[in-house]
Amino acid sequence: MHARADTAAAWPEEIFSILQRFEVRQVPYVPDAGHSQLIQRVLGSPSMRGVALTTEEEGVALLAGAWAGGQRGVLLMQSSGVGNCINMFSLVQIFRLPFFTLVTMRGEWGEFNPWQVPMGSNTQAVFELSGIKVLRASHPDEVREVVEAGAAQAYNACTPTAVLLSQRLIGAKVFTK
Amino acid sequence: MSKANLLDRRAVVAELLKDRKGAFAVGGLGASTYDIAAAGDHDRNFYLWGGMGGAVMIGLGLALAQPTLPVIVITGDGEMLMGIGSLATVGLQQPKNLSIIVLDNEAYGETGGQVSHTAASADLVGVAKACGITDSKAVSTMAEVEAFASSLQDVTAGPRFASAKIDAANLERVLSSRDGTYIVNRIRGSIGHTPI
Repeated sequence: MHARADTAAAWPEEIFSILQRFEVRQVPYVPDAGHSQLIQRVLGSPSMRGVALTTEEEGVALLAGAWAGGQRGVLLMQSSGVGNCINMFSLVQIFRLPFFTLVTMRGEWGEFNPWQVPMGSNTQAVFELSGIKVLRASHPDEVREVVEAGAAQAYNACTPTAVLLSQRLIGAKVFTK
Repeated sequence: MSKANLLDRRAVVAELLKDRKGAFAVGGLGASTYDIAAAGDHDRNFYLWGGMGGAVMIGLGLALAQPTLPVIVITGDGEMLMGIGSLATVGLQQPKNLSIIVLDNEAYGETGGQVSHTAASADLVGVAKACGITDSKAVSTMAEVEAFASSLQDVTAGPRFASAKIDAANLERVLSSRDGTYIVNRIRGSIGHTPI
């Protein structure tokens, strides 16, 4: 089974609870189908501010400002957006930010669109070259544990962390005419 | 291309920060950071030495985190052009305590004075307005700068945007700290946050 399921999954709700528990306040995002449930929860939350971006690098800069102002945040994006962030990732090291991002992966598991493959293949390496630790969740029953560990090390230890939510977890987008 | 009535960048920034009270000042990569340093070091100065295109978004993150305090982003035309989409993001969020001013010399002063898009065709005030920052204007006199400086203290009526055409003089650099962790932790300390 590699195609995206139609029914709502439980793991986005688990991620939302973890973000609440860590008192995340600013949630910049570029929309992605894999994040749509979580984005809906964030936009409906009184304690979180969802911030729609025009490009993902804006979110890195927003989180630097948020941290200076005493708030935690998380950047939601898909793998293709990681490439847009590269120079702005300088801020993560320079400011020693408690940077945390959740990335839905494309181009790695039953992908239909070849244009997603180059950046999807380089996502992990780009993070690592930028000094950001990478964790990955591939199955629904490990999402909670992985996201919790990522949030803990990012916020408690100021260790910049990306959690890749694999395409195996999300399912490949189905293109129909 | 020389034009009449151009403002002096250091005078503009000195005026903006003269009676800043608790305001945070974010300076874009390049000369605007030196201008902020020239106006006097302050624990709420957010100096940028990189991350070109990020100044407005840093200001937005700060403004959302501290809605009762004014945030002023002071940047250049080249830096603003690189982060032009952030004006659309600010227009969507409507942070009432955020003000943005572009010191527009129509050139990339740090790299040899190559002309920027604002010299010929790009109208930043028009862009800001079209992105939903209704209070957007060009300022061309020190009286208008003074009025903008007092308006930024009003944290109920933003966001606001201004573009000030400044002269192309390359002034002596006034170097701020370039240690990012120090700069950010000093800002955090000023609002009562201790290091982790």
